[in-house]
Amino acid sequence: MAEINKKFLVGVYDDEDIALAAVNKIKSAGVKIYEVYSPFAIHGMDTAIGHPRSRIGIAAFCFGVVGFLCALTLTTWTMGIDWPMVIGGKDPLSYPNYVPAMFELTVLFTAFGMTFTFFISNGLGPTVKPLLFDPRCTDNKFIMAIDLSKNKLSETEIESLIKASGAEEVSVKQL
Amino acid sequence: MGAHHHEVVSVEEQFEFTAESKRNLLIGMGVGIALVLLGSYLLSQGGGHDAHAAAGHGAEHDHGAHGYHWTQRIIANLWLNSVYFAGISIIGMFFISYNYLAQAGWSAVFKRIPEAMPAFLPIPAIIMIVLAVFFGDKIYHWMHEGIMDPASANYDAIIAGKQGFLNKPFYIIRLLLYFGLWYVLWRIVRNLSLREDEIGGLDGYEKSIKYGTAFLVVFAVTSSTSAWDFVMSIDTHWFSTMFGWYTLASWHVAGLATMTLTIVTLKERGYLKAVNESHLHDLGKFCFAFSIFWTYVWFAQFLLIYYANLPEEAIYYRERFSGYGGIYKAPFFINILLNFVAPFLVLMTRDSKRTSVILKLACWSILVGHYFDFYTNIMPGTVGANGGFGAVEFGFVLLFACAFIWSVSSQLTKANLIPRNHPMLEESLHHDIA
Repeated sequence: MAEINKKFLVGVYDDEDIALAAVNKIKSAGVKIYEVYSPFAIHGMDTAIGHPRSRIGIAAFCFGVVGFLCALTLTTWTMGIDWPMVIGGKDPLSYPNYVPAMFELTVLFTAFGMTFTFFISNGLGPTVKPLLFDPRCTDNKFIMAIDLSKNKLSETEIESLIKASGAEEVSVKQL
Repeated sequence: MGAHHHEVVSVEEQFEFTAESKRNLLIGMGVGIALVLLGSYLLSQGGGHDAHAAAGHGAEHDHGAHGYHWTQRIIANLWLNSVYFAGISIIGMFFISYNYLAQAGWSAVFKRIPEAMPAFLPIPAIIMIVLAVFFGDKIYHWMHEGIMDPASANYDAIIAGKQGFLNKPFYIIRLLLYFGLWYVLWRIVRNLSLREDEIGGLDGYEKSIKYGTAFLVVFAVTSSTSAWDFVMSIDTHWFSTMFGWYTLASWHVAGLATMTLTIVTLKERGYLKAVNESHLHDLGKFCFAFSIFWTYVWFAQFLLIYYANLPEEAIYYRERFSGYGGIYKAPFFINILLNFVAPFLVLMTRDSKRTSVILKLACWSILVGHYFDFYTNIMPGTVGANGGFGAVEFGFVLLFACAFIWSVSSQLTKANLIPRNHPMLEESLHHDIA
């Protein structure tokens, strides 16, 4: 997710509780936070930053319905229309027999659909260079990024806010 | 962790079992008894002798039709409700036990509700033991006179082959063991919890983990064997290796729905202020997930029998689907509709699990649905073509439900509504799943 010519202030925190408190503190000073990067999920962080609720559930439902319909079509077409076969003395179109296939395809479509939706919406892929403010966010640090172009306060004001909120270090990153 | 915006509310709450509630419950029980008496009168006037509707299936219900007396329907109903409510009661213990074993924190705040449920166990226990001792032959094919005696005209070689397990002395011992072990283990954990309220400390918690784990080991075996004993052996010729799981799944989700419904109702009456939307959301997830689990097990049992189509197995579904003049077809489908389709669609979204009205609706659907689950499993084998859904059925459900609510309510008055010294309480008060 390459965003050209943007200036970010990056704060590094050592503890997830301090980071969460910092988010609340900096937000209440009227600063818009771009994102917080963490090695693990922090409960309440999304709402604290002000991210809207994830819509991946809706995507999951749609993929599930598509999977179910595909399975319904597949079984009906192959066993009922194209090549009807009597198996175990049953009518060719005996839907209880096909419930496992419908269940599996619903799950398969939902799982793959959600995975790819997640990759696409987060800009992840084999050739994409991910936006990484500080590689330590994959290890033991909690990184807060603030987009200066989206904020009214000056760089020095925000920098002092980040420092006051308990950050270990603050740096500027140009993208 | 992390829920800094929650206001921490008081954990001191005393549930009051008001005179008005008691009066309403007494009226409910009175109406229940009146309905049972009315229904009994109607049945005794010949409403129940109409076995001709299923004449074409005469061979299927030889134990149901011959010598049928209308009191069998009363016995079958008592049995059905006892099994259903005993299951819901013991799920309270099951829930607190696996929460202790997992050292779960989130459920601490409403733990007193599942903890109150097993107090009802002695009532179904007494009813079932009395019925099994004195009226066993009205419920069980294998208790029929001379069924295991090669010299008798009633002799049935297949049933006689199951004599090692299905004999009356061993059966009564098993009944006593189930209810005895369940009740005693619950009593121990309950007393530890009440003591913890007074003196605090980690001792009660650690002992509860041990006794809870012991209960889970006991219940791992007894949930299956009791399912065979209470329900499956009614249709003695038939068996299913899925049946233990299936009945456990049914009891479990019905118990979860009872808990959720109780918690939502208490919250609406101003109790359990510390229970927040995240708790409700997770309870909703439990009801949703275990409805699907029940469906999975139900279907796994059905599909194998449907697919193999062996006569001795398929007869079970045949009896319910089209046997006895088709009177069990409606309960058979109500079962799937209320236990799978309704909770699956209603509880799918996040918001519905956080809205008390919708949560209550789903819980009612599950509770009514699982009554019909046990109804479809018990009635064809006990009363066959003489079954139905009338005043007797309504009356007994009402009577048992009111007695159950009475029992839970009076248990809830015996302690602070929130376990104030539970070591996980602080975590539970801050439960936040966003």
